Amino acid sequence: MTAPAPAPAPALVDVAELVKHFPAERGFFGLGRARGAVRAVDGVSFAIQAGRTLGLVGESGCGKSTVGRTILRLIEPDAGRVTIDGRDVLALGTRELRALRRRMQIVFQDPYGSLNPRMTVRQTLAEPLAIHRLASGADAERRIAALLEEVGLDPTFARSYPHELSGGQRQRVGIARALSVEPQFLVLDEPVSALDVSVQAQVLNLLADLQQRRRLTFLFIAHDLAVVKHVADDVAVMYLGKLVERAPGAALYAAPRHPYTTALLSAVPVPDPKAQRDRIVLAGEVPSPAAPPPGCPFHPRCPHPKKNERCRTEPPALREVAPGQLAACHFAEEPL
Amino acid sequence: MTEPLLRVRDLKTYFVTEHGSGTARAVDGVSFEVYPGETLGLVGESGCGKTVTSLSILRLIPEPPGHIRPGSFIEFEGRNLLTLAPRELRAIRGNRIAMIFQEPMTSLNPVFTVGDQIAEAAIVHQGLSRRRARARAVEMLKLVGIPDPAERVDHYPHQMSGGMRQRVMIAMALVCHPKLLIADEPTTALDVTIQAQILELLDRLQRDLGMAVMLITHDLGVVAGTADRVVVMYAGEVVEQAATGELFARPLHPYTEGLMASVPRIDTRVSQVRGRLHSIPGQVPAATAWPAGCRFHPRCPYAWDRCRQEAPPPLDAGAGEPGAHTVRCWLLTEPQRRSARA
Repeated sequence: MTAPAPAPAPALVDVAELVKHFPAERGFFGLGRARGAVRAVDGVSFAIQAGRTLGLVGESGCGKSTVGRTILRLIEPDAGRVTIDGRDVLALGTRELRALRRRMQIVFQDPYGSLNPRMTVRQTLAEPLAIHRLASGADAERRIAALLEEVGLDPTFARSYPHELSGGQRQRVGIARALSVEPQFLVLDEPVSALDVSVQAQVLNLLADLQQRRRLTFLFIAHDLAVVKHVADDVAVMYLGKLVERAPGAALYAAPRHPYTTALLSAVPVPDPKAQRDRIVLAGEVPSPAAPPPGCPFHPRCPHPKKNERCRTEPPALREVAPGQLAACHFAEEPL
Repeated sequence: MTEPLLRVRDLKTYFVTEHGSGTARAVDGVSFEVYPGETLGLVGESGCGKTVTSLSILRLIPEPPGHIRPGSFIEFEGRNLLTLAPRELRAIRGNRIAMIFQEPMTSLNPVFTVGDQIAEAAIVHQGLSRRRARARAVEMLKLVGIPDPAERVDHYPHQMSGGMRQRVMIAMALVCHPKLLIADEPTTALDVTIQAQILELLDRLQRDLGMAVMLITHDLGVVAGTADRVVVMYAGEVVEQAATGELFARPLHPYTEGLMASVPRIDTRVSQVRGRLHSIPGQVPAATAWPAGCRFHPRCPYAWDRCRQEAPPPLDAGAGEPGAHTVRCWLLTEPQRRSARA
């Protein structure tokens, strides 16, 4: 949401080879040994420079939310390295982790489910201030009022309970709660997916303003490619636990190199009846992450005319195919 | 001009609220037509009354707390659905008019096989024997593109993915070859690549079976790609209706205009999209207390005194035949006010 810095600053967030496997379903009543594993996140790497936004997109079950949660250690990863502002997040003990949590926060999709219905907005916002010993008493009251104002809510909302608020207002409270500890880095997990279009625009504008004012760094997780196009500097596309493409937004949307990105972009409905687009309708559905296909995980649905035996046997590496643009496809030089 | 298949006139569906404290006027004087074979898009945000409108057509509104007000009129194939006896209504529902819902998981019965559920309508409405109905179910599964239909017919809903379940819902709805399919957010719960599959399927089936579709959605992109005509709802009323091309080229109601400008778009260059999105200030008012005058006036950038006092009727925008493009907005009587703002 900001112009690229003149000299590439060191990354604020650096994620390398992140892996999270969940044990697959057990037999009845959770008895018996787990059979195999769901490879939710399977070797994901990216970096986000301070003040910039990385959009992480993909369809349900691709592992994008798990990436966000493992980075913050809301879920413990199995392997990989995560550094935030030079600190190794995965090596931290409980106390150090809690201190670092001040620097990194998360905003969830569902503002209904993520606010405690029995707490007023004031209590919701006062809690992180108390936990991190940032403010109490009159000072806390002042900060809560300022936070509400910053997210575009009248300070009188402090007395409200979540059920008295609209979806957009609840999401503003969720954002205020994340901001209360003055983080540098926010994971935004589908922050506008549950909102109506007109309210969605309000919240996206708010996030843009906050990023600029507070120089925030965002990991913006979403399934909506049009929203991500609007907010992200760089975009990573995920499929079955792996990144299939990663590039600056302009390059990815103008000239996608992975057939999955191309198909995904072509499937987004455009609000223009005159738009004659060649929609690529992918056959079939996403395979189970418990049994990903061998070779390229996308090969069973891939519409690329050159698809061959190599795609079925050899997993393609995520490699640079144009300046700054990485794609995991054997035929990335001949995009669809 | 051909006779409409469905004619809705001054439909009012109200609900008594939980605490008995008031009346929610969820649908408040809605009129539109659906012509044979066409796709009508019914668009609006949460709480605008689009789903209540569709449920009213099939008389699926729970009474109490809801009721359709006297004076409302819903005519389908020449008969007023609101005065039909329950038996006559059942002969139409699921047979001449079918409906699919957003959430295929909750609309399918988990304890029956998908084959049984598809066959049921054919047995009830067309008097098919069990064996013939089952064969019909297999045929329908094949029609909606489910692989191995002869095997899948014995599967239960939980054994299928979201996209497959929505295909089953469509097979169920179409088993009696309805003249009108009401599709309420049929792709909202689905991923974009699966959404593309389902929209393509609906489009093909509509052409093959010659049915009309009433597509209810919040997604202007889906409407632009599928509908012949669009009805835009806000606060329980139709605020604008026009042919799809006309509406997108010339949105005249400030709400339609604002809605279109708020949608982040994928078909623009990145350099054009970065920066602020247009947004409509404020939020949708509560159905128990619609604003006086024009219901959009508190959020409207053009509103003046008249808008606060007097509710505008649907006014003709003068495009094509009378009534082809109507707008509930006083700006149509004073267009210079729009250019003065712009």
